[in-house]
Order: sequence, then C-alpha cells, then structure tokens
Amino acid sequence: MCLSDIARELDLTVIYDGGDIDREITGGYATDLMSDAIAHAKAGDLWVTLQVHVNVVAVASMKDLGAVVLTQDRQPLPETLQKARDEGIPLLGSNLRAFDLIGRLYQLGIRGT
Amino acid sequence: MEKNLRRFRVDLHNHTSLSPCGDARMIPQNILRAAAERKVDVIGITDHNSAENVAAMREAAEPTGIRVIGGMEVTSAEEVHLLALFDGDDELAGFQQLVYENLHGTNDTEAFGYQWVFDAEGGVIDLNPRLLIGATVLSVHEVVDGIHGFGGVAIAAHVDRQSFSIISQLGFIPGDLDLDAVELSPFSEEHGFGPDELAAGVTGERKLVAVTFSDAHHVDEVGRAVTELMVADGSVAELRLALRGEGGRAVVGGV
Repeated sequence: MCLSDIARELDLTVIYDGGDIDREITGGYATDLMSDAIAHAKAGDLWVTLQVHVNVVAVASMKDLGAVVLTQDRQPLPETLQKARDEGIPLLGSNLRAFDLIGRLYQLGIRGT
Repeated sequence: MEKNLRRFRVDLHNHTSLSPCGDARMIPQNILRAAAERKVDVIGITDHNSAENVAAMREAAEPTGIRVIGGMEVTSAEEVHLLALFDGDDELAGFQQLVYENLHGTNDTEAFGYQWVFDAEGGVIDLNPRLLIGATVLSVHEVVDGIHGFGGVAIAAHVDRQSFSIISQLGFIPGDLDLDAVELSPFSEEHGFGPDELAAGVTGERKLVAVTFSDAHHVDEVGRAVTELMVADGSVAELRLALRGEGGRAVVGGV
C-alpha cells in the first residue's frame, strides 16, 4: 500500500511530504530505541515512534525507511524537520498512541517484516 | 595535610569532531580558545563512546593552563547517556576497551556525520569507522560499575532532557544505581522535564548532586554552562571529593 493512501485512510497529518510520499510501504516497525531500529527495521518500512529528536531521521535515512510516523501528536524538533528535508524522509503524525495506530495499520494489511 | 582550596570553573561535557554530531570545527585550537574566552579552568572531552581525541586535546592544552579531563559519553543499552571521567590514561584506555568490546556497528557518514580523529594541531589523522552514535550492550548498571571499576566518576547526562536521559529512558533513577552526580543541561526550560518531573524521577533517600555543563557540539557552546567547584586542583579525584562534600571540597555553583 502506498504511503499517501495510508495517510488518507488513517487520517495522518503530513508534517513533511518530501522524499517519496507515494512510495510503496512494504512493512511496519515500532520502537522508540534507535539501536533497535538500526538492528531490525527494513527498507521501505513505516516506522512508528514517539521520539522526535534528529537521530530518528538519521536512522530512517540510514535504513532507507519509507516514512516516520510520530504518535500522540508529538511534533518534530526543528533540527529533526530540517534533517527530514535534507534527507528526503517523509514525516507524518497521528494523534493516536502507538498501540492503536499499529492496530489500524495492521488492519490495513501492513505487517512486520 | 590541608591543601589550599580555590574556585575552579569546570565544563566537563564537550564533544569534538570525533562525535558524528560534533561540528567539524571542534578541533583543539578552537575548543581551547573558546574555553579561555569563557575563563573555563577545566574541560572534559566526552565524545560518544570514544576517547580517541583526548590525547591530542591534552597535548594542545599544555601551554594554555587549561586542564583537560579525558572521558566519554557512553550510551547504555537502554539508550541512557552517561558521562565517564578519568584521571589516568591507563584507566581511560581500559574503560575504552570495555566500551568498544560492547559497541557494534559501522558508522554511516551520510546519515550521522563524520567522526574525525585529530592530532594536537587539529589535523585529521583518521576517520573512526565505528557506530559511535550507537548504543552499547551494557546496561546502565554495567556502565556505572565499569566506570567505577576503572576509577572514574559516573554522571548521568542531561537528566532533564526528553531524549537519551536516564529519566526519559527508565522513567526514574534506580535507587541502587551508584551515580556520582546528575547533569542538568544548559537549556532546562526547553523540551525538557520541569522541576516536578525531575523531583519525581529521583528516588530514594540518597540526595543526588546536580551539576551543569555545556554539552558543546559547536565552538560557541564551549563553556556556555560551567559548574564551580571548591577544590585543590582540576582532577577527577578532587571532583569526586567535591561531589561527596568531603575534605572541605564542594560544588559551589553552576552557571
């Protein structure tokens, strides 16, 4: 399912639509530890996290992730947003907490890889 | 024997160009000039998980009168940042080995930045290939025990921050964690925990001493926050006494 369709289905806020907003999302990953994302997230994954610091985007770039979704209406720090622009990583937001958001992603057919 | 105690302005949390998030201009002459401008007596060199620029910094500092303390900012498995500070080169080297043995991964320069090892003149001599921004597989307890095992001082870094702080990662400071102090960041008001959240996060009857340092990643940040100690010299041994309030040594202020 492509990212823009997911965003529409789940009413996600598009914080930054650079990179490829129509990219095919091939899986999902959920963690708030950078080391965990580095170890296990896969290219094309949609990453669900509440972390808003700049390393989130750096890790997403390193792992070629499809997008980062920030939960609980959390806003990226200014340097995080800038890094997203520099690296072309789509940043989205949800007012839901991770558990509920992931449940809905699962219902859409997104699976862990 | 009574030693003469006097005020020392210390900034023990500084990054160099070795940290991937450290600005490339964080080389010895720039760091030392900035420290001198802010009248800092002792600077700690605490790159992420590595002390490879300490020797060069110390050599460059010799003619300046500024004392360099060697150490690093370790990332625990829980992604808590802890400052590790040592007096002796052997102790620092021993702790470095422990950290490197427990740190895996290779750096991605595009994603995280360059990790420059320099000489005393600030010339690049190497590019560190390790994932220094990564987490070790050592728990906070193992990190603190490791620091103490090599005779160092262990300080929980920027505990008021919402990321990579012991409070953000663990929810509270474990009562049995033998920290020497906690560090408050220079920007406590922004993006951080307020006083109530901090008070809730510090458990146990043990009172933890708070210190503040710059966490400098850019030259203009060096010395932006210092802690003032009443000590006999700028060593880690004296720092330890001050943190414990022993022998007349004390933490007398933070700016």
